[in-house]
Amino acid sequence: MTTVATTKTTLSSLTGGELPRWTPWAVLAAAQALGLVVLGTANLAGAIVSGVVLYLVTIAALSGVVEGRRKATDRLVTSLVVAAFVIATVPLVSVTWTALSLGLRRFDAVFFTHSMAGVVGEGGGALHAIIGTLLITLAATVISVPIGLMTSIYLVEYGRGPLARVITFFVDVMTGIPSIVAGLFAYALFSMMFGPGHRSGISGAVALSVLMIPVVVRSSEEMLRIVPNELREAAYALGVPKWLTIVKVVLPTCIAGIMTGVVLAIARVIGETAPLLLTAGYIANMNYNLFADRMTTLPLFVFTTYRNSGGTDVTDLDRAWAGSLVLILIVLALNLAARLIARYFAPKTGR
Amino acid sequence: MSKRIDVADLNVYYGKFRAVEDVTMTIEPRSVTAFIGPSGCGKSTFLRTLNRMHEVIPGAYVEGTVTMDGENLYGPGVDPVRVRRQIGMVFQRPNPFPTMSIKENVLAGVTLNNRRMSASDKEELVERSLRGANLWEEVKNRLGLPGSGLSGGQQQRLCIARAIAMAPDVLLMDEPCSALDPISTLAIEDLIGELKANYTVVIVTHNMQQAARVSDTTAFFNIAGTGAPGKLIEMDHTEKIFHNPSQKATEDYITGRFG
Ligand SMILES: Nc1ncnc2c1ncn2[C@@H]1O[C@H](COP(=O)(O)OP(=O)(O)OP(=O)(O)O)[C@@H](O)[C@H]1O
Ligand SMILES: [Mg+2]
Repeated sequence: MTTVATTKTTLSSLTGGELPRWTPWAVLAAAQALGLVVLGTANLAGAIVSGVVLYLVTIAALSGVVEGRRKATDRLVTSLVVAAFVIATVPLVSVTWTALSLGLRRFDAVFFTHSMAGVVGEGGGALHAIIGTLLITLAATVISVPIGLMTSIYLVEYGRGPLARVITFFVDVMTGIPSIVAGLFAYALFSMMFGPGHRSGISGAVALSVLMIPVVVRSSEEMLRIVPNELREAAYALGVPKWLTIVKVVLPTCIAGIMTGVVLAIARVIGETAPLLLTAGYIANMNYNLFADRMTTLPLFVFTTYRNSGGTDVTDLDRAWAGSLVLILIVLALNLAARLIARYFAPKTGR
Repeated sequence: MSKRIDVADLNVYYGKFRAVEDVTMTIEPRSVTAFIGPSGCGKSTFLRTLNRMHEVIPGAYVEGTVTMDGENLYGPGVDPVRVRRQIGMVFQRPNPFPTMSIKENVLAGVTLNNRRMSASDKEELVERSLRGANLWEEVKNRLGLPGSGLSGGQQQRLCIARAIAMAPDVLLMDEPCSALDPISTLAIEDLIGELKANYTVVIVTHNMQQAARVSDTTAFFNIAGTGAPGKLIEMDHTEKIFHNPSQKATEDYITGRFG
């Protein structure tokens, strides 16, 4: 504590007391050590938590004595924020670690080249589920993007008065629709058209579109609103009709943002399980046809194999984890793609 | 090229609010007309009615007539898009299209309107317009770079080049120099002097010296108070307005005794 003493003696009107830079770390280590000693390694979580609490109290008190109230508050809040951040990352790290360690067991060539058709016991794969996920999500995107984009263009560029307000309201409502309701809607729609108990990839895609459209509308609307009015006026002043202004000036200016929004919307629906349970169903065989018969997606593959395992069968559990890992990787790839798109298509300043 | 504009009894409204009241004036071809007046007196509003740009603002409408060489711009069946192709506009803040290169910005009027043009014609149009806007020498080696990478003054001249590439009859400029440094301002003032040989130029400015330097005719607008509509107080040769105005309000304004 000699440093502390010296800083105290050199107090002037501008310099306050200051704890050495290593103090927080030292206090943290000491607090954790104390927690471990008192509570033992048997109750590891309890030891860590009480260590953190002890650290918060000690650092605040220490800083309060040496540095004054403002710095003490600063240190306390900083520590709380860091603690909150660490707590928030714990589930993420845990999920990633579990999915990786368990998922890698069946992350093999067979898994990516075989369906579950006729598989009893070992082997089998998720090719049918991967294909199903890609096809259904692609179909959902093909349905949602034009509808969502045009709605947002209407809202931003043309919409005035009650109709626009009503649409905005319903888009808000749609954003909050529970996914199972979207599934029921698509199920009811297709049952009405093709008879009860109808199952097909396309009905799953319709269910996903119901979830995706409001997300696309919202994100594109935001992007379209960012485009400065000056650019529209510049185009109008050149005698460019409104629709050409939208197509050739407004959209190219914000295309990066719109595409990013679309990719994130895809990432948002690709993991949906409940609506697909009702609409696309589950099948062990390959099905490349969106318009006939059941079609498996990865979330359903995971769900079904887990259910089949009864919670104990390791072959099925490993398949389920491998399926989860593939899904996580696809979402990861989509997020990465969104970033690349944003960077690649953004207007360049050239300075 | 270069046409005469006659405005008769023009009122401009934003919804219920009358922003400009009873303006009657004649804008001569091959000359520069400057609009001056205090902030909020409706100069921009009035300027925008000369090429129907006010119509992009919801609720804005006009009463009265604007004729260009005898053709009523507000006559039945007149397409505002066609009006704007003949009456170009340059805005207060430079607004090049950020997704386009310098060259593409100059050609924007052609490409955005889906007009076909041979590559050699395009080259020629780009050079002619950029020379016309006094920008060619500065950018001729980087035509492919983004227009938003230029300096503010260069961007404004790029916007002027973009406007004159459309070969309009009339060029409207709303405070084209207010965001620029003195040197760029001078470049644009010189340019305006050259442009009047071929175009009818109308410029809004808050800079008295600028109005005195570049314009042949000056119109002074004023406003009675907040909420009152702006009015044209007087319009005359620039010399006369600045040395011997017939209205007291004009004299007060140009000598800085306003308000
Ligand atoms: N989009 C709009 N909606 C409603 N009122 C408007 C709009 N634009 C302008 N006004 C009003 O019209 C009046 C004239 O505005 P205008 O922009 O034409 O003034 P100005 O003379 O160009 O002023 P400045 O010199 O500051 O640019 C002002 O009272 C303004 O509040
Ligand atoms: Mg103005």
